[in-house]
Amino acid sequence: MALSGTVARVDAEPDEAQRLATEARDRVRFEEDALALSDQVYRVARHLASSREDADELMQETYARAFRSWRSFTPGTNMRAWLLRILTNLNIDRGRRQQRAPQMQPLEANDYFLYDRLAESGDGDSDEDRVVERLSQDDIVTALSVVPHDFRDVLVLVDLGDFSYADTAQILDIPVGTVMSRLHRGRRILKRELAESALEEAT
Amino acid sequence: MTDPCAHCEQMMQPYLDHVLTDEEMNQAEAHLAECVDCRRRYKFEESLRIYVRQAVNEPMSVELRQKLAALRIPLD
Repeated sequence: MALSGTVARVDAEPDEAQRLATEARDRVRFEEDALALSDQVYRVARHLASSREDADELMQETYARAFRSWRSFTPGTNMRAWLLRILTNLNIDRGRRQQRAPQMQPLEANDYFLYDRLAESGDGDSDEDRVVERLSQDDIVTALSVVPHDFRDVLVLVDLGDFSYADTAQILDIPVGTVMSRLHRGRRILKRELAESALEEAT
Repeated sequence: MTDPCAHCEQMMQPYLDHVLTDEEMNQAEAHLAECVDCRRRYKFEESLRIYVRQAVNEPMSVELRQKLAALRIPLD
């Protein structure tokens, strides 16, 4: 591995000194660009991880690795996706996958059930915006954390990170078709959890 | 094609993800134009997505921001 943080020696050849200066400038620029994306990366990382503490650790490991291997980033490509690919790999390496219990219980047959249930359970007000406000913010955070990891990874990257299906497929190293089916299922699981918590509160 | 609402429901997620073909998009919109129930449900789904994003948006702590900045490799 090439040594980073190379010192520009006084006795270096002019060409070599020039090269080192260019490299140092590129690296600093890379670091600045990566840090400027940290809020956006965190928004996704927070929910890929199981807790805030895990997310904070993952972010630090991700940035440490990114800064060490900055040369493997191709300028002009999607840096946010590159950072999240490192992050999801680290997350998998932490053995998180071992705890995974594939959730294969049957889901509601249609995609409209959450709205239908919320609209029914209210006082007859079916205005979409007010119906959605019957869900508490805490319930949403809890419901999202209950979605099994495989589905949540996709859900979080697409719906919170605004990644395309293709970018998501690349980040997670899975086929686009799998992204679509997991996204579909993940959204259904989330809505089922939301419907359950909303019904519990109504009773 | 059986029930138009059932078909419309199947198109909801791809519609909101902007991945329908033009023809499918026209089909969905034609049905939405005449079906109040499906229109409400589409709007709800759209509001739900926005609402979820807002609910789960937790900003990074100042400490973490500082820790990340400190991970930069010194120039010499």
